[in-house]
Amino acid sequence: MALTTQRRDEIAEAARQVRIDTVRMVHAATCGHPGGPLGMADFMATLFMEHLRLDASNRHAPDRDRFVLGNGHTCAGYYSLLAQKGLIERDELLTFRKFGSPLQGHPHRNLDLGIDFSTGSLGNSLSVSVGMALAAKLNGWDSRIYSASSDGESQEGQIWEAATAAAHHGATNLTVLVDFNNVQIDGHMRDVMDVRDLRVKYDAFGWHAVDVDGHDIDAIDAALVAAREETSAPSALILHTKIGQGVSFMHDQPGWHGVAPNDEQARDALLELGVAEADVAAMIG
Amino acid sequence: MTAPPDLTPLATAAPPAKAATRAAYGEALLELGASNPDVVVLDADLSGSTKTKAFGKAHPERFFNIGVAEANMIGVAAGLAAQGKVAFASSFAMFATGKAFEQIRQSVCVPELDVKICATHAGLTVGEDGKSHQMLEDVTLMRVLPHMSVIVPADAVEAHQAVLAAAEIAGPVYVRLSRASTPVVFAESYRFQFGKAALLREGRDLAIVAMGVTVAAAMGAAELLAADGVQARVINMSTVSPLDEAAIAAAAHDCGAILTAEEHQQSGGLGDAVAQAVVKHHPVPMDMIGMDGAFGQSGTGDELLAYYGLDAAGIARRAKALLDRKATASTGV
Repeated sequence: MALTTQRRDEIAEAARQVRIDTVRMVHAATCGHPGGPLGMADFMATLFMEHLRLDASNRHAPDRDRFVLGNGHTCAGYYSLLAQKGLIERDELLTFRKFGSPLQGHPHRNLDLGIDFSTGSLGNSLSVSVGMALAAKLNGWDSRIYSASSDGESQEGQIWEAATAAAHHGATNLTVLVDFNNVQIDGHMRDVMDVRDLRVKYDAFGWHAVDVDGHDIDAIDAALVAAREETSAPSALILHTKIGQGVSFMHDQPGWHGVAPNDEQARDALLELGVAEADVAAMIG
Repeated sequence: MTAPPDLTPLATAAPPAKAATRAAYGEALLELGASNPDVVVLDADLSGSTKTKAFGKAHPERFFNIGVAEANMIGVAAGLAAQGKVAFASSFAMFATGKAFEQIRQSVCVPELDVKICATHAGLTVGEDGKSHQMLEDVTLMRVLPHMSVIVPADAVEAHQAVLAAAEIAGPVYVRLSRASTPVVFAESYRFQFGKAALLREGRDLAIVAMGVTVAAAMGAAELLAADGVQARVINMSTVSPLDEAAIAAAAHDCGAILTAEEHQQSGGLGDAVAQAVVKHHPVPMDMIGMDGAFGQSGTGDELLAYYGLDAAGIARRAKALLDRKATASTGV
């Protein structure tokens, strides 16, 4: 069933909150990765708000859905969504990357906060997600494993080991969401190491694979519904996004992969994201 | 420091029985499969060699052959463990720890999951396959990882029990197993105690601390030494991490010299672990027998152990040199 206008607006608002929180968190930390979470915000918000069965009440239920952030460096946006779902205190978001905070620079497994796995080393997490999916099936759980990945991460050979095993062992309860923004640390992905057509690749590995506009909430929702209904293969959504989406000076700029905005940049970004001037002043000083 | 060790030597097996620790692993897995529904097993296309195949036949739904993809195998095992399974993952030691080291660190040890890496074909005794398959650095790689327990059984009797114990030990465990049939050291009445050294022979002239196949050789060396009037204490240090430091401190105190023996690089392995404990608790003259910065070569296991000084004669030789150093140290000459 298609999203109602109201629901779509709520998801869009959650995505806007992800972007605002990301800018504030990375600015406050004075380091981190703002570009990825801004680009992923629309599909991550659609997943978390509409599909992922994870909230404060079921965090310790063994048969709930799982989420693994393979591209762990984009965790500012992930933490924002966990806060929006009541798993992390909003006040805690600004402790991101600071000494003593549970909101580590890359996610560390913490089931109280709904963080299902430790990630940060690219290439490892799809294998873990396959294992989670197989365990859920073995236990007869009607749960789904969602795993985020990226075009850059797809350069890791282990991704394709995992993709092979997922299809072979029937991990049909697994959906991978691949952030395809054509940007990695050293530049544009097509210049550094072109992974080419990931939909065709996943398809060849025996997956149900589709290309999706990663900023079209209706299309993302429809693709997540179709993935859940696909019972004969694991599903891959290749989500075409723009790094830095929502903050014009970060758009498609590899330089914004892993650099924190300064005060002025953070101010400009928050204003562009629709935060009122007085609030921006209170946030940034 | 825990209580001082019991100095009554354990009952040992009557020679010359031989058995492969990997075979004991396969048998123990079958027992675990029957007794613990949470146990799952993964392999990387070597299930006939690692002996996980029998579990796969008995419990096909709980057995996952991942193919020739060791890094993925460890990751999948971690995912299964994150959902409450006790995941045994097997390949040859070279590939299980060498190819998948980073996955073991990031996906198993960082989140402290119940993944039990039982790696076979470790060390020189893999024999004719040569240096590409003779894993001599695995104990180093595993013992430096936080949260990882490392067990190197001395024989098939201990291997069987160590595998059963691994299922009960909280968090990641590495169990090092051999391809070759090796001497059985322990009587069936032996009870493996995780984290505890086992005293096999009492003596006060020096202590020989060994793991894996060198335990039997150390016992042989002690016989040779006894013929020359030297009484060696022989300690089986099957749990390399966490190390039984109390047993090492007591050996240093009682014997005044410690020799380690391992089918492994000297660097970073049992010798280094023991040396750390000796330095901390009771510095005495020490020597270490192991691979001295070399890779192995093709040959039979027995030929290689003799060539690299890891047989009874080699250990006895080095023990005598160490006794000379001990005498020099005590007289100050």
